[in-house]
Amino acid sequence: MKRSLLVLLVAAMMTIGSFGSAIAGKIVLGVPGAHSGDLAAYGLPTVDAAKLVVKSINESGGVNGMQVELSTQDDQCKPEFATNAAMKLLSDGVTVVLGHICSGATKAALPIYKDSNLVCMSPSATSPSLTLSGDYPNFFRTIASDDAQGALAAMFAAEKLGLKKPAIIHDKGDYGKGFAEWTQKYLEEKGIKAVLFEGVTPGAVDYSAVVQKVKASGADGVIFGGYHPEASKIVSQMRKKKMTIPFLSDDGVKAKTFIDITGKAAEGVYATGPQDITANPMYKVALDQFKAANAGKEPGAFYFEAYSAALALLKAIDYAKSTDYDKIVEALRTHEVETPVGKIKFDAKGDAIGVGFSVYQVQNGEYVEVK
Amino acid sequence: MEYFLELFFSGLTRGSIYALIALGYTMVYGIIELINFAHGEIYMIGAFVGLVVAGVLSSFGFPAASIVILATIAAVIYAASYGYTIEKIAYRPLRGAPRLSPLISAIGMSIFLQNYVMLSQTSDFLSFPSLIPEFGFLKNYESMIGSTDFLIIAVAAIVMVGLNLFIKFTRMGKAMRATAQNRKMAMLVGINVDQVISATFVIGSALAAIGGVLIASHIGQINFFIGFIAGIKAFTAAVLGGIGSVPGAMLGGLILGWTESFCTGYVSSDYEDVFAFALLVLILIFRPSGLLGKAPIQKV
Repeated sequence: MKRSLLVLLVAAMMTIGSFGSAIAGKIVLGVPGAHSGDLAAYGLPTVDAAKLVVKSINESGGVNGMQVELSTQDDQCKPEFATNAAMKLLSDGVTVVLGHICSGATKAALPIYKDSNLVCMSPSATSPSLTLSGDYPNFFRTIASDDAQGALAAMFAAEKLGLKKPAIIHDKGDYGKGFAEWTQKYLEEKGIKAVLFEGVTPGAVDYSAVVQKVKASGADGVIFGGYHPEASKIVSQMRKKKMTIPFLSDDGVKAKTFIDITGKAAEGVYATGPQDITANPMYKVALDQFKAANAGKEPGAFYFEAYSAALALLKAIDYAKSTDYDKIVEALRTHEVETPVGKIKFDAKGDAIGVGFSVYQVQNGEYVEVK
Repeated sequence: MEYFLELFFSGLTRGSIYALIALGYTMVYGIIELINFAHGEIYMIGAFVGLVVAGVLSSFGFPAASIVILATIAAVIYAASYGYTIEKIAYRPLRGAPRLSPLISAIGMSIFLQNYVMLSQTSDFLSFPSLIPEFGFLKNYESMIGSTDFLIIAVAAIVMVGLNLFIKFTRMGKAMRATAQNRKMAMLVGINVDQVISATFVIGSALAAIGGVLIASHIGQINFFIGFIAGIKAFTAAVLGGIGSVPGAMLGGLILGWTESFCTGYVSSDYEDVFAFALLVLILIFRPSGLLGKAPIQKV
C-alpha cells in the first residue's frame, strides 16, 4: 500500500515537472525514433541533427525569442512503442515533432498527434500512403516518397523518351515490384498502357526467354524495377539480341557496380537516383557542424533529411510568429526554407517540393545526370 | 513460329546447362546413393577459376579461342580436384554411417564452400569476359540463337555423347556400372570401389565446371551464390529424369529448360518456377522413379 502511494506521488511529481517546461514559454522539439535496438543506426543521426540545429538556433537568439528544448523518445521503430512515445511527448508539452523514423511507427503515432493538433515531420518515412491517403494533414516529410521515383520514371518515359508501348519488368521483390507498380500507375494516368508487366526470378540462370517475350510484344522501351545483377543480365541479353530500345530503371541500378559488370551493354541505360545535394550551401554547413561536434565520424543515415526537417519546423514557427498549429502548417506550405536537401516548401499533401530524384544515363562508363 | 523457335532454343540453352550439372548429381547418386548438395558449388568454383584464368591470359594477350580452351581446362582440373577432395574428406569417412549423415555433411560442405569463396573473393557480382566471340554464321537466325547459345548446346551434346560412350565402352565405365548395380559384388570381383567413386566425383565435377565457364561467359557475370540456384534446378532436373540414370539427367535438364522457357514465353515469367516444380510433382506422382529411372526391386 505504501509503495503504491509512493509511486503515485513520484508520478505526480514527474507530471508537474514536465508541465513546467510547457508553461515556461519554451519551444519543445520532440524527437521520437529508433534510438536503441537493431534500427538505432537509422534513428540516432536524427538526434544528432536535431541537437546541432537547436544549438545553433539557440545561440542565435532562439525562435521568436524563446529557447528551444529537445525531448527525445525511443520507439525502436515499433508501432506499439511509437504510440507510447507519442503520449510521452504530449505530456512533455512538445510544440512540434521531428520523427518518427520508420513508416510503420509513424503511421501508428500520427493519429495521436493529429488529435492534439501537432505537426509531425519525418526525415525518413517513405511509405507513399502517409501523404497520398490524405488521412494525416499534420504530416510532412523531407524525403521523397517511394512513389516519387515511379512518378519521375513515368514522366521521363512518356515525355523525354516518348514511349508509347513500354514493357515493365520487375524482380518480384517489395522494392522492385513497388517501383514497377507505381510507374505503371503513373503511366496509365498519362494514357500509356504497358504491353507487358512481369516479374522475373532473381538469380535465375538466364533471362533470354523473357527478353524474347519483350521483343515479341513489340515494346518500344523497357522499364525495370529491381537491383543491378538482374538489370545487368537483362540489358546484356537485350543488346546481344540487337534490341536497341531504351532501358530505364531505378536507384537499385544506379550504382557503379552495374556499369562494371555490364560493360559495354550498360551504355545508354537510364536510371533514376536521389538528387545530388552536395552542391547545396546548407549541405556543407550541416556537414561541418557534424564534423566539429563528432571528430572523425561521418554523419549517419538520414542526417541531412533530419537536419532539413528540424530547420524547416523551427523556421516555420519563427515565420508564423506563433506556435499555433494552423499558422505553422500555413508557414510550412507557403514559406521556402534553405536546407541541406535544397530550397524547400511543402505541398498540400505534406511532401517536400524540390526534394527528390533525378534521371541519370550511362555515358562513357559514368552515370551522368540527364537535364 | 519464329517466336516458338526462339523460346525453343532459349530453353535448349538453359536445359543444356542444367543437364551438364545434373549429370554430376545423378552419377554420384547412382553409385553411392548420396545427393551431393555441394555440387552446385563446384559449378560456381569452376566459373570463378575460369574468370581468374581468363583474366590472367587476356592480360598476356592470348587469342580469344585459346583463352576459352585454356580457361575451361583450368576450371575442369581445379573443379575436379575439388570434387575429389570433397569426397575424400566429407563423404568417405561417413561411408558406413546412416544415410542422413553424409547428406548433412553435403549441405555443410555446400555452405562452407559458398562462404569460403565469398570471403576469399568478394560478395559482389563480378563481370565475366565474353570469352566466346560473336560469329555470324547464322545471319538470319541471330535473334533465335547466338554464338554462345550455339556453343553451349554443341558442347553439352558432345559431352553427353562422350560420357555415354565412356560409360558403355571403357574399363572404368564398366566398373562404374558394376558398382552402381551392386557395390559388394563389384568389390568381390576385384573392382577398386573407392577408385570408382573418386572417378565419379571427378567426372561429375569436370562437367559442372564446363557448365560454369560456359554459362558465365554467356550471361557475363558471376558471384559466390550462383551455384545455389543452378544446383537446385539441376537437382530437380536429375530427379525429373530419374535420379541415378545418365540419359535421364540429360532428358530432365532439357525438359526443365523448355518448361521454364515456354512458360515464360506463353504464360508469364512470374510463374516460371511454379510450372517447373509443378511438373516435378506431377511426374513424381505418376512415375515416382522419374522419367527414365528404374524402380528399385524390392525382394520380399
